[in-house]
Amino acid sequence: MDAKERELLQLIEKNGRLENSTIARLMGISEDETKQMIEKLEKEKVILGYSAIINWTKGTDEGAVTAMIDVKVTPKRGVGFDKVAERIYRFPEVKAVYLMSGVYDLSVSIEGKTMAEVGRFVSEKLSTLDSVLSTTTHFILKKYKHDGLVFSENEEDKRIVVSP
Amino acid sequence: MITEQRSKYLSDSVESIQPSGIRRFFDLASSMENVISLGVGEPDFVTPWNVIEASYHSLEQGYTAYTANAGLLELRKEITRYMRRRFGVTYNAENEMVVTVGASQAIDIALRAVVNPGEEVIVVEPSFVSYAPTVTLAGGVPVPVHTYSKNDFKLQPEHIEEAVTEKTKAILLCSPNNPTGTVLSKTDLQKIAQVVEKHDLLVISDEIYAELTYDEPYTSFPSVGNMRERTILISGFSKAFAMTGWRLGFACGPKDILQAMLKIHQYTMMCAPTMAQHAALEALVNGQKDVIRMKESYRQRRSLVTHALEEMGLSCHIPGGAFYVFPSIKSTGLSSEEFAEQLLLKEQVAVVPGSVFGESGEGHIRCSYATSIAKLEEAMKRIKRFIENRE
Repeated sequence: MDAKERELLQLIEKNGRLENSTIARLMGISEDETKQMIEKLEKEKVILGYSAIINWTKGTDEGAVTAMIDVKVTPKRGVGFDKVAERIYRFPEVKAVYLMSGVYDLSVSIEGKTMAEVGRFVSEKLSTLDSVLSTTTHFILKKYKHDGLVFSENEEDKRIVVSP
Repeated sequence: MITEQRSKYLSDSVESIQPSGIRRFFDLASSMENVISLGVGEPDFVTPWNVIEASYHSLEQGYTAYTANAGLLELRKEITRYMRRRFGVTYNAENEMVVTVGASQAIDIALRAVVNPGEEVIVVEPSFVSYAPTVTLAGGVPVPVHTYSKNDFKLQPEHIEEAVTEKTKAILLCSPNNPTGTVLSKTDLQKIAQVVEKHDLLVISDEIYAELTYDEPYTSFPSVGNMRERTILISGFSKAFAMTGWRLGFACGPKDILQAMLKIHQYTMMCAPTMAQHAALEALVNGQKDVIRMKESYRQRRSLVTHALEEMGLSCHIPGGAFYVFPSIKSTGLSSEEFAEQLLLKEQVAVVPGSVFGESGEGHIRCSYATSIAKLEEAMKRIKRFIENRE
């Protein structure tokens, strides 16, 4: 990855909806170059997708419950943790899976409509997997900051309107 | 010009200076809705959290008393290390440095320390609005030397020569410049240094924007030839570390001059705010990564704005530093003040007319690009529409 690609990635990581024309001007390159660079990075799966960061608690009654589950597993010979992780991340309700250092092995994030739904997934799907030794489930009570964004941030410009 | 009746108690010197031309635009823009301001002369970043947190911590620990007049020794030592590392200039923290209330106060006490009544100080224009009045208040006579768009607003040594008289004491330089964004290269500075030496002038070098240069490595004036002995270097934390409201700057220079400045500082200010000094210490020790992050963002936005201005036919040199562009609006046939006022009324975009920065700023406007990308794009759209509707 070269410096220009890194610069582009940093820009769209912050705002995936930037127009190609804006990116081109910010970086001082042509729009064609921008387009090609993005296509290349998409093809190489450096850019995996684009998403929005949404505060679901605002303007909707549709609650979503997120739990982070510490999972202890027995690694499989030859494939280590990868096979177990795959068994877990293929469930669509699983939003993230990380291999961790420390007292447990996998950190699994689950999203469901209700606490009961998440609980059902843990007891019926996750704990029953052969390699899973134990699970500890933590429900998220409130999101303050997610992916670098503060949920209640006051974005107002506090500077005086004209200054020398 | 204030027209109400003046008090008979006012001094002649304060009567002789005009209120800043920026004031009128501030009042006008403040009274309007939906204004996008490109008129702000400060970063759009909030001070990095570690710096704010360090200040909290100092308050919790009870550091609420005065510091040494020249500032915390620990901070001065860190400034020494920083200036050496970043700009290759070395000053003794013990006696060649004073921590001030912003770079503005440093300029004030520098002028008061060196100017005798009636002595002339060359002010390179267009310039920051406070230079000439500060010279006047120090008892000196500001002598403008103009710079021109045909030279990318670079100071021409021969223009200094033309302005020098036997009363000339000093020259006030600012690179990168507010409002033009122009950066003087090492070669430019060497040529200026020759004239300075020839006429035995003192240089007050305002290097507050030194961290914000985008094209070539910065050259600090005292690092040129033997200029160190005749330069008062002014800098601070406002622009590079996004700390304008903390009001913290510093001056470095030869011991005898700095000790004279310290004398004024100790009687008129005592010391810079203690909590801000603790914040500044953290900024110097752990802040360079934030400076780089913010600078990168300014560089991108400079590119965005200069391209947009070029496309709408407002010619503009590519400013090497600070966060201002200074395009010419002469093609519209309007004065800079008319342009700024009409743009504000018709399209709600605030810019600063070049004329407030001195006579040679006429025909230009200062646009600050220290504003969000979305706002910059909207502002450029509005300026384009403003120009097209005039044609």
